[in-house]
Amino acid sequence: MEILKAIVETVLLFTFLAVVTAMLGVYLERKISGWIQSRLGPKHVGPQGLLQTVADTVKLLQKEHITPLNADAPTFNVAPILVAVAGLLAWMIIPFGPAFGRIIMVRDINIGLLFFLAMASLIVIGILLGGWASNNKYALLGGFRSAAQMISYEIPLALALMVPIMMAGTLSTRGIVEAQAGSIWNWYIFGGPFEWYLAIPGVIAFVVFLTAATAETNRIPFDLPEAESELVAGYFSEYTGMRFALFQLGEYAEAFGMSALAAVLFLGGWHGPWLPGILWFFIKMFALVFFLMWARWTYPRLRLDQLLNLSWKGLVPLGFLLVLVTGWMLV
Amino acid sequence: MGELAAFIILSALTLIPAVVVVTSGNVVRAAMSLIPSFLGVTGLFVLLGAEFVAGIQILIYAGAIAVLILFVIMLTEGGTGLAIRQLNEQRLPGIVVAGALTAGFVVLVVRTAWPLAAGALPASNVTAIGTAFLTDFILAFEISSLVLLVSLVGALVIARKEL
Repeated sequence: MEILKAIVETVLLFTFLAVVTAMLGVYLERKISGWIQSRLGPKHVGPQGLLQTVADTVKLLQKEHITPLNADAPTFNVAPILVAVAGLLAWMIIPFGPAFGRIIMVRDINIGLLFFLAMASLIVIGILLGGWASNNKYALLGGFRSAAQMISYEIPLALALMVPIMMAGTLSTRGIVEAQAGSIWNWYIFGGPFEWYLAIPGVIAFVVFLTAATAETNRIPFDLPEAESELVAGYFSEYTGMRFALFQLGEYAEAFGMSALAAVLFLGGWHGPWLPGILWFFIKMFALVFFLMWARWTYPRLRLDQLLNLSWKGLVPLGFLLVLVTGWMLV
Repeated sequence: MGELAAFIILSALTLIPAVVVVTSGNVVRAAMSLIPSFLGVTGLFVLLGAEFVAGIQILIYAGAIAVLILFVIMLTEGGTGLAIRQLNEQRLPGIVVAGALTAGFVVLVVRTAWPLAAGALPASNVTAIGTAFLTDFILAFEISSLVLLVSLVGALVIARKEL
């Protein structure tokens, strides 16, 4: 019975991710990039091009799987699945909001945030192995860059997470949202239901989290692992058809997951006036997704040394300071 | 029943890749096999009700240590996927040490009076571990963080030639 329930939940979550994050995400990305660059974006398939990604997905599903001759075949085939599954599992702990008399989320586990970070760190393995198994120098370099980048940015990400964790006193995402109930000023970006000056670490932690999340999901300005101008397509250069799509799915699932987590941790999750909670959650999540896309199509790419310097010399010390200051303010 | 099945599956998941780690001629595959092994151990921790340790196990071992090992191996000559020799002249001492260790474990398992009484689980693992670290085990905690700091500085000193 429990297993059946888990299977149904997995299927539902996977459908949600494939449709909302991957398909809608790619569509939004292309539309927003179009607007920013004074183009129209996809327009022909369906009303306003809405069915464009559906058509693309069908096309990708039909394409041949090519395994390069000198590739390490088992590793090559497992890597995209690992990325997609880790991206999927990370969504387990995201609370969507109240509906049908309960909170919609797959599992409320008491190590929620730790679980999310752990799944985000598993994505690196998929990318690194995919890059190595392709037996292609560009793919390998892309995988290396990705590993260096994701390991560097996991630390500021975790340190920024510490601020809402310390304010709420729990790792459960549901507990964190519930602690932000009441007015808008109880959101952790505004310092939560504590003294006003806790808004200072709140805002800084939010900015650090968003920066680190952008880097963690390999998006411009931090998309060195797949820098087209230097590395063809980075770690997925050799992937075709649905395997390529699975990498994309994992990447979008993680990018949307990070936005959802930022909404949950700093922007009060499903709390908000007038509208139903679940709608508020999606408004906040899509606003953050839009922000990520806006940044992506506006800023140029960083150099590798600038990227690593920003993390180790900027965000990591700032993160430690944040933890210290928040702890001192809370006591 | 379910717990036993889970235990058997997770043990297989831990042990079979562990055998691959020591027998595979391809260094990258050996390093890669560490990952399912770590995940199996994570599952065992979850079975024991130690979620915090399970989370840390994935985050640190599978997510960081395995990645670092893979990263380093892929940069070496062995990373090109060529098979290397599995045995060297230290075969005999290796066998002796492994045999002694096995004998020790067997004695330990046989002499223990099973089943052992399990302690009561705290309401929150995380709080319990945090409190223990910062009260009873503060010295061990600080010393281990100092060791990590020293190793970090040491690595920098060794890596930086122009000091």
